[in-house]
Amino acid sequence: MGDCFLFDALRTPRGRGKANGSLHTLRPIELAATPLRALRQAHQLPEGRVDDVIMGCVEPVGEQGGNLARIAALMSGLGEGTPGMQINRFCSSGLDAINLAAAKVMAGQASLCIGGGVESMSRLEMGASGGPWATDPQVASALHFVPQGISADLLATRYGYSREACDRFALRSQEKAAAARHSGRDERGRIPVTDRNGITLLDQDEHPRPDTKLEGLAALKPSFKHLGERYGFDAVALQRYPDVERIQHRHHAGNSSGIVDGAAAALLGDGEAGEALQLKPRAIIRSFASVGSEPCMMLDGPVEACRRALSQAGLSAPEIDLWEINEAFSAVVLRVMDELAIDGERVNVNGGAIALGHPLGATGAMLVSTLLHELERQEKRYGLVTLCVGAGMGTATVIERLD
Amino acid sequence: MFLHSETDHIVTLTMDMPERSANVWNQASLDAFAAMLDALEQREDVKGLILHSAKKTFLAGADLDAIEAIAIGGKDAEELHGSAGALSELLRRLELLPFPTVAAINGSALGGGYELCLACNHRVAADSPGLQVGLPEAQLGLLPGGGGTQRLPRMIGIEKSLGLIMEGKRLGAVEALAMGLVDAVVPADELLSAATRWLEKNPAAKQPWDQEGFQIPGGDMDGYGAQVIMVATAMFQAKTHGNYPAGKAILSCFAEGLRLSLDAGLLVEKRYFIQLLLDPVAGAMVRTLFLNLEKANKLAARPKGLPRKAFSKVGVLGAGLMGSGVAYACAKAGMDVVLLDRDETTAKKGKTYSENLLNKRIKRGRSTQAKKQAILGRIHPSAAYSDLSGCQLVVEAVFEDREIKAEVTAKAEAQLDKDALFGSNTSTLPITGLAQASSRPDRFIGLHFFSPVERMPLVEVIVGKQSSDECLAHALDFIQQLGKTPIVVNDARGFYTSRVFGTYITEGLGLLAEGVDPNLIEAAGRASGMPMPPLALADEVGLELMHDVGLQTAKDLGDAYRPNPSTPVLQRMVVEAKRLGRKNQKGFYTYHERKKTLWPELDALFPRATAQPEVEDLAERFLYTQALEAARCVEEGVLPSVADGDVGAILGWGFAPFTGGPFSYMDGLGLKHFVSRATALAAQHGERFQPPALLLEMAAHDRSFHGP
Repeated sequence: MGDCFLFDALRTPRGRGKANGSLHTLRPIELAATPLRALRQAHQLPEGRVDDVIMGCVEPVGEQGGNLARIAALMSGLGEGTPGMQINRFCSSGLDAINLAAAKVMAGQASLCIGGGVESMSRLEMGASGGPWATDPQVASALHFVPQGISADLLATRYGYSREACDRFALRSQEKAAAARHSGRDERGRIPVTDRNGITLLDQDEHPRPDTKLEGLAALKPSFKHLGERYGFDAVALQRYPDVERIQHRHHAGNSSGIVDGAAAALLGDGEAGEALQLKPRAIIRSFASVGSEPCMMLDGPVEACRRALSQAGLSAPEIDLWEINEAFSAVVLRVMDELAIDGERVNVNGGAIALGHPLGATGAMLVSTLLHELERQEKRYGLVTLCVGAGMGTATVIERLD
Repeated sequence: MFLHSETDHIVTLTMDMPERSANVWNQASLDAFAAMLDALEQREDVKGLILHSAKKTFLAGADLDAIEAIAIGGKDAEELHGSAGALSELLRRLELLPFPTVAAINGSALGGGYELCLACNHRVAADSPGLQVGLPEAQLGLLPGGGGTQRLPRMIGIEKSLGLIMEGKRLGAVEALAMGLVDAVVPADELLSAATRWLEKNPAAKQPWDQEGFQIPGGDMDGYGAQVIMVATAMFQAKTHGNYPAGKAILSCFAEGLRLSLDAGLLVEKRYFIQLLLDPVAGAMVRTLFLNLEKANKLAARPKGLPRKAFSKVGVLGAGLMGSGVAYACAKAGMDVVLLDRDETTAKKGKTYSENLLNKRIKRGRSTQAKKQAILGRIHPSAAYSDLSGCQLVVEAVFEDREIKAEVTAKAEAQLDKDALFGSNTSTLPITGLAQASSRPDRFIGLHFFSPVERMPLVEVIVGKQSSDECLAHALDFIQQLGKTPIVVNDARGFYTSRVFGTYITEGLGLLAEGVDPNLIEAAGRASGMPMPPLALADEVGLELMHDVGLQTAKDLGDAYRPNPSTPVLQRMVVEAKRLGRKNQKGFYTYHERKKTLWPELDALFPRATAQPEVEDLAERFLYTQALEAARCVEEGVLPSVADGDVGAILGWGFAPFTGGPFSYMDGLGLKHFVSRATALAAQHGERFQPPALLLEMAAHDRSFHGP
């Protein structure tokens, strides 16, 4: 198996995923093309030199549909000879795009690839692409379908993460994000987004609330209580987990990931491509794994995904210097940290999706970007990115920084 | 069958099935309908068609025999694929006739009858009281297989139609008009002229779904409709635990069929319809909740050849919860009721019960001041036994104590005519013993009402050793007059219902002693299809009461008494922990203002075993223990009719309705399978799962309770 190096990983700032968000007026094709164009320009990639562009997108319909990756590759000037493919593994799509790109390189079937992701949540709302999981009665009842928020609350209830514990974790995310911004280290790997006239639309993340207080979080109403209690989803989850007496609804807007717009892309390739294009191998992809888990609990997949990726890399959890565990919901991260006995000081050191937002298809690639730059800044060696995934999955990737 | 008349090129088909009180769909009427379509399809001069009925009802749906045949009969997918779509295909042909059609709905149009209306271009109903339209198939574990799941949502929208079909609701003319199930309501004598007028005004009418650009009103499956289905699926699953295939099939007919053309949607509907016919649930529900319920209501158990008796004046002894409820039921059925208790204040309180009920009904629009006054006017609270004079029947509903019962029996009988009936509303005490206090035990019988009487449709009639045939016949007449459903059982401790129902609670409580997580016990109760999980139910019944009954039974039976698995649990809860149940807000649950949570100390009192069972296995135990006890009731001669046994189980204590009752449940599993599984459970969990000899013998001879 050949090596796959990580040459670069860039991300846009995250815009509020609402009509008043700074990226809302940007078409998804432009959002997707932005990090691709930035990679091309930064590394002077010749036309047609990139062997494939793989991009994650979770709601690939309408203006975000029709294989946005290929169209974005064309529109970013990577050349007609560079193909593109859009993939969807829900929330880990951006990381899976990188893993797939790496797999091609490691298998020797490609020399230089881009993996990344995009999501304009302000323009394509969650669930826009439909699908049988939630709305086909045969499927929904067979799989005990419940919305993610109910699963998050089930996870918190069954494993005993109190409302306060969830809120404290959320507060830390905000504090870390604020500190990263204050010191300027959140700028590494981040590229501004401009309009057609070159005017900056957004050059920093706009979702964080640095003034967040524990009392403020404590006052927020649970987001999924009504859904769970009034519309039967709690009962459906309890039928799958009968040892739980009732679901405690502990997640709310302040301790769940934010809805945002954003895109990210990473440049990966073998040593030959690096030499030919004078690209510095900044890290190496050590291992990656995706797993399936029970779909009603849904969100505990990262535990097994991490175990498998670590084992494939021949590493143990304590050897990982920095972790990026996607903050879909507080309880998800708390669960991974507990199960793998991870030191909290190494996790999401610049804040996570609770503060920064979770642009579904892009997040995995964004976290790789964040992790690469932080490993470099701290001069650490191993980093791991993992995300929980809808319908009960998890994906994890281990990278090693190179001097 | 279809009387054909024609004026000015408008054809009127009047349905009038010979030798029947109502029109129904059966092979004969389907054939006649097909022949009629054959003829009409050839006609080029026809300008419109009116469908109408010469009966009091329009079309009552599928024939009872036909339902029985399809639900319980052939289980061959190939064969059903050929036959089950017949009505659906004919209705599509009706819909595609080249001239407009109107259903002139003169009386109730239900199920397949209303589906006929849906396939017409226009529906006009008579404003007759009692006229009902709707698709009630789901109540029998079926779905409307004649296009109902496809046309109604296309006509009135997904959200409105889904609830109607899932719940099998029937609507009166006015409500039906408001919901859009009919297009117009007119006086009965203007029905045909209104239909004719509409045809003249709409010569080119076409179904909306057969027109270009048709959209489902209120949002389709790519829009709001999908959300409706998502939530409805979750709520249905939450409520039914996957035990009722019909609801899920209906949801899927919507979710799948409404994305397609009507023709393709009808195919989807047909496949789910056949799947339900192949599933044992529909057959079991039809048998018990339709056929056997009907038989019980028609007094199948009534001794033959005895003249009927009508009741105009009855007495009720004891104005507690049960007595007051019985008094209400009697007065509502038009009888004068003497409601007797120790003192007049208590007796009057019993009447207030009726007043409160009626006030509630008025508030909900289900009764009127006039009706209330009439009903209350028939209830005569009293403390004087002499007021019982002239009563044709007395229902005794005093405290469950032999001595008190004996005393009131003697006092009441002293005032009654010699042919008056005496019915004891005991739920546990053997009737033959109570009848010893009677001077005419041949006129003494058990009438076990269920609480709350006004809502519970069942009365368990207990025939004592000396109860006469006439006594039984008249008791049944009385129950029929109340509009309730009787089942007839013989005398034994706990009779049939209390005895079998008790095993469910016993099993649930016993699991605690085994160290099973109480959450799992309750989850299994819900999953089994019982209306309430066992620990919650025990709290409602009262832990102290159950404990007392246990002590009493032990005393009564002496050496023959055997403690059951709940005995030590009740001992601990009631005697040691002083937790008496719902009544002192302390039972297996702790009661908060609006919710209850399992008492946290349960874990300390009943330490949890390290290995915990699967919910499915516990649910199986709950149904098995009841089914076995029901079988013992048959073996011991307590329960003469398994049909009554099924009906009584569902109506009396809510035995998992999807099974069709304990006997249908055993039949559905196959007695061979049931016996072998029960034997295995007995080896693992104790004697109570040992199948009785009757079952062993039936299994050995490949017999079933309802079949050959």
